[in-house]
Amino acid sequence: MSRFLSSSIGRKVVMALTGFFLITFLIVHLGINLSLFWGPEAFNEASEFMATNGVIQVMQYVLAAGFIMHIILGVKLELQNRSSRGVKYAVNKPSENSSFSSRNMIVTGIIVLLFLILHLKDFFVELKFFDKGGFSTDYDLVTALFKNPVYTAIYVIAFILLGIHLSHGFQSAFQSTGANYNKYKRCLKNTGIAFSILIAVGFSAIALYFSFIN
Amino acid sequence: MDFTLKIWRQEDANAQGSMKEYKVTDIDSDTSFLETLDVLNQQLVEKNEDVISFDNDCREGVCGTCSLYINGEAHGPKKLVTTCQLYMRSFKDGQTIYIEPFRAKSFPIVKDLVVDRSAFDRIQQSGGYTSFDTGGAVDANAILIPKEDAADAFDAAECIGCGACVATCKNSSAMLYVSAKVSQFAYLPQGRVEATERVMNMVNQMDAEGFGNCTNTGACEVECPKGISLENIARLNREFLKATLVPK
Ligand code: HEM
Ligand code: SF4
Ligand code: FES
Repeated sequence: MSRFLSSSIGRKVVMALTGFFLITFLIVHLGINLSLFWGPEAFNEASEFMATNGVIQVMQYVLAAGFIMHIILGVKLELQNRSSRGVKYAVNKPSENSSFSSRNMIVTGIIVLLFLILHLKDFFVELKFFDKGGFSTDYDLVTALFKNPVYTAIYVIAFILLGIHLSHGFQSAFQSTGANYNKYKRCLKNTGIAFSILIAVGFSAIALYFSFIN
Repeated sequence: MDFTLKIWRQEDANAQGSMKEYKVTDIDSDTSFLETLDVLNQQLVEKNEDVISFDNDCREGVCGTCSLYINGEAHGPKKLVTTCQLYMRSFKDGQTIYIEPFRAKSFPIVKDLVVDRSAFDRIQQSGGYTSFDTGGAVDANAILIPKEDAADAFDAAECIGCGACVATCKNSSAMLYVSAKVSQFAYLPQGRVEATERVMNMVNQMDAEGFGNCTNTGACEVECPKGISLENIARLNREFLKATLVPK
C-alpha cells in the first residue's frame, strides 16, 4: 500500500478516484440547482434537505477532503512534471499530438479553485453561518446573486472552464484506473465530452435564466 | 532542394549549448534525413570544423538508435516513421528546419544531438525479461496462447526503445515505453510467472530515473514511430494496481 501511494501510478489513481468523486458531487449539485426552475418551494425544500440530512452532513467533510487531496496531488504532479524536462525546446508543436484541455489541466483546475473559493464565500458561508445573508429564504439569496451581471459572467466562465477540465478529465480518470480498453475508448471519450457539455450548459443556463429572464 | 538547418550544438554534457545555422544545397528529394546530415558533416570535415554528432545505427527503423526533435516533433513531421526513415521530400524546398536533441532531464545530452538513454536500459534490466532454464527445445505448441493475446504481445513488442514518447510528452513521462515492455509479457503464460515483481520493479525504476508523471495527454501514441497504443498504459496501470493492492 505504501509502495502504491509513493509511486507515480498510485498517485494518479488517487487523482482519478477523487476526480470520480467530484464528478458524482457535480451531478448531485446540478440536480439540486435545477430545482430552482420549479420555483422557490422546490428549491428551498431541496436546500433544507441538504442542510439537515445526516448523510449529507458527513459527506460534506468527505467532499472537502476529496477536493483538498485532488488539489494537493494535482499541484504536486504538475510541479514534478514541469521540472522533468530541463532545457526547453526551441520549436515545439504540442497541438500536433494532444488536446488543449489535456495540456492545461492545472490552469483550468486553478481557475475552478478560485471560483470555488468565491462561490463558498457567497453561497455556502452565507447560508450556513450568516443567516442567509439577510434574505428570508435560500431561494431569494441565490436568485438575488444572479441579478449581479458581473457575478453571472464569472459563474458562466468558471463552468465553461470546468467543462474543459472535464472534457479531458473524465476519460483520463478511466485510463488512470486501468479501466480503458480500445473497445470502449471512443465511447468513454464521447461520454466525457457529453458530460462536460451537460455540466457547463446546465449550471450556466440556471445563472443566465435568473440573470436575464426571471 | 536547398535547406537552412538550425541545429543544436553542445560541446559536452556540461557545456552551454545553442542553436547554430547551416546551409545545405542541391539535396535530392529522395535523400534521407540522416544522409542530409552526412552531407553537411562532409562539408564541415572539408572546412576542418567539428562535425555534428547524432545517433544512428540500422538506418531502417528497427534499432531505435536514431532520435532528433525535428521542427517541433519527435522523428519529424511524418507519423509512424523513425528519423532514419524520413526523406527530404517531406519538407518544402528552401524550408528552415530546426533540429534538436530529445529533451528530458533523464536523457542527459552527451554531445550535440546525442543523448544518453541508458535510463531505459536500467528500467529494462530491473524487470523486462523472463527467466528460463535452458535444456532441450520444448514443443512449440506445448503451451497454447489465444490469438488475441499473442497479437497484443506482438504489438507491444514492436517498441524499439527510441524514447520519442519521453521527448514528446509535456511531462517527459516514460509510461508508453514501460507499458510496452510490461505488456509484451503480461498476457503470455511465460510472462505471468514474474509479472508481479516485473511491474513493481520497472515502475519503481522509472520513478527513480526522474521521468515525469503521465497525465494521459496521448501525445506519445501519436508520435511513436511504432504506433504503440495507449491501451498498453491502461494495462500497465491495471498490472500495477494488481501487484500492489491484491495480497498474494
Ligand atoms: C468539481 C471540480 C473538479 C472535478 C470534477 C475534477 C475532475 C478531474 C478529473 C476527473 C481528473 C482526471 C484524473 C486523471 O487524470 O486520472 C482531473 C485531473 C486534474 N485536476 Fe481536477 N477536478 C476538479 C477540480 C480541480 C481543481 C480545483 C484543481 C486545482 C488545482 C484541479 C486540478 C487538476 C489537475 C492538475 C489535474 C490533472 C492531473 C492529471 O491529469 O494527472 N482539479 N480533475
Ligand atoms: S513506445 Fe514508441 S516512442 Fe516510446 S520508446 Fe517505444 S517505440 Fe519509441
Ligand atoms: S537508425 Fe535504427 S531506427 Fe533509425
